Amino acid sequence: MKTINLDYAAGAPLDRAVLDKMISFFTEDYGNPSSGHSLGDKPRKAMEEARQNIALLIGADSKGIVFTASASEANNLAVKGLIKAGKKKGDHIIASAVEHFSVLNQLKSLQKEGYKVTLLPVDSYGAVNPEQLEKAITDQTILVSIQTANPEIGTIQPVEKLSALARDKEIPFHTDASAAAGWMELDVEKMGVDLLTLAGDQFYGPKGSGALYVRRGVRLMPLIEGGIQERGLRAGTENIPAIVGFGEAAKVARENLEERSKKFAALRDELKESLFNSIPHLHLNGHPENRLSRNLHVSVSFVEGEALLMRLQMAGIYVSSGSSCTSQALKSSHVLTALGLSPELAQGSLQLTLGPESKAEDIPYITEQLGEIAALLRNMSPLYHQYLKEENSNA
Amino acid sequence: MPEYSEKVMDHFSKPRNIGEVSDPSGVGEVGNPVCGDMMKFTIKVKDDRIEDVKYLTFGCGAAIAVSSMVSEMAKGKTLEEAKKISNKQVAEELGGLPGNKMHCSNLGADALHKAIEDYEEKQKVSAG
Repeated sequence: MKTINLDYAAGAPLDRAVLDKMISFFTEDYGNPSSGHSLGDKPRKAMEEARQNIALLIGADSKGIVFTASASEANNLAVKGLIKAGKKKGDHIIASAVEHFSVLNQLKSLQKEGYKVTLLPVDSYGAVNPEQLEKAITDQTILVSIQTANPEIGTIQPVEKLSALARDKEIPFHTDASAAAGWMELDVEKMGVDLLTLAGDQFYGPKGSGALYVRRGVRLMPLIEGGIQERGLRAGTENIPAIVGFGEAAKVARENLEERSKKFAALRDELKESLFNSIPHLHLNGHPENRLSRNLHVSVSFVEGEALLMRLQMAGIYVSSGSSCTSQALKSSHVLTALGLSPELAQGSLQLTLGPESKAEDIPYITEQLGEIAALLRNMSPLYHQYLKEENSNA
Repeated sequence: MPEYSEKVMDHFSKPRNIGEVSDPSGVGEVGNPVCGDMMKFTIKVKDDRIEDVKYLTFGCGAAIAVSSMVSEMAKGKTLEEAKKISNKQVAEELGGLPGNKMHCSNLGADALHKAIEDYEEKQKVSAG
C-alpha cells in the first residue's frame, strides 16, 4: 500500500547531504574537541563551522550559539538558566498560553517555588496581542517568553512588536523558534530577542540536535554543570555528529529558504483548497495567511481525532491530532483550547505537516480518503445526527 | 496510536449495528465531547428481550469498538442478562483495552444499562 506522511513535524528524514557530512564523525574523525592533541582538531573545526552556519540562519554572532540535545533542553536553559542566574529584581514571568510544554511545565514548577506567572491569551487564530503583553508587564517582570510560531497550528507571532515592549523595560525576551527556524527568515537583531531556541530535526537535521542563542551580556546558569564545554553553559562531551548534521541542515535550509517556503505554501494551499472544496463542515485552525508554510491544521466537525487518525492510517496516510484520546495525558491540546475552539472541534482536529516527499499528485487521494472517512465516522456520530435533526427542523 | 488488540481493530474497522432503532423502547446516552467519547444506545424490547440494539458513537478507536461489541453482546439477551454485561466483560471480549482507555472509552455497558432503565421507567409510567 502506498503511504503518505503528513506528519513531518513529528519526524522527517535527514537531508542526504546532512547524513553524508555526519558519517565520518562517527568513525574516522571521532576525536574529542577538548583534546590537547590533533585528533580533536577536525571535530573542533567542524563544530565551529556548524556553529557559524546555525548563527547565519538566525542572523546571530556564532559566539552566542550554545548546543543542546533538543529544543526542550534549550527552552529549559533559557527559562530556568536565566531565572537561576544571580539575584533578580522581581519574580514575575510572562509567556503565552500556547507555548510548548517545555516552557509551560517549567513555569508550573517555578510557580510552586513562588514565582508568579502570567500566561497571555491568544486570539482565535492563536496570535498574542501586544497590548495584552503591555498590560501584563509589571516592575517585577524578569522574563518574557513567546514563541516565534506555533508548532501545532503554525500561527506566526508578532515577535518584533512583543520584544520591543520588553526591551523598553529592559526585560529579557526569549522566543522558542524551533517550529519556525529553517522555514522563515529569522534575524535576532530585527526580532529584538535575547534568547532564541532552535531544533535541527525540525528542518531535516538529526534528532538530538538543538541550540540556544544567547545574546552577549545575558547571564545564564547552566542546567548541566561539569566541564567548560559551550562556554560553561552546558557540560558534557559534545555530540559532534549531531552538531555537524545540525550545521549542515542549517546551511541547506538557509540556501533553500525561499524556495522551500514558497513550494510548501503553494502545496499547502492546494491541499487546503482541495479539502475544503470537497469535504463539508471542515474548520481551519490557525491564521489563514500568517502561518508556517508547511503547516495545515483543520478540524473535522462531529468526529473524534483518534478515530480519524486510525482510519487514515488504514488508508496509508499519517497525521497527528490534538484530540484528548491521542494524548498520553488524555487532554485535548492546550493550544486548541486557548483558541477558544469548542471541545468537539478540538477533538476532531488534524495537524498536517508537509515534507520532502509531499507532492501535488497525492492531494486527490488524500482528499478522497479523508472525505470518505469523515462521512463514515459522521454516519455513526450522535453529534452529526443531532445536527441533521436540527437542520431538518429549521428547514 | 495505542496498541489495540486484533478484536478491537476488527470492530473498529467493521463496526456492527450502527444507527438508531426506529421507535426505540429505550434510549441511553453517556459521555460528552469534552472527555472525547459519547455514546447513544437505542434498544427495541419485545417480551423482556432485546430484540434489536443500535448505537451512535463519537469517540476514539476504543469507544467505537466497545459500542460495537456491546451491541453484539446485548442482542437477543433478556433484560436481566443484558443488565449483567459489565464494562470489564466488554473489555475482556475485546481482548483487552489499553490502560488509559479503560475508564474513558469503556462506557458501552453503561449506555446500554441506561437504555434499559429508560425502557423500564417508561413501562412503570404506562403501567401506573
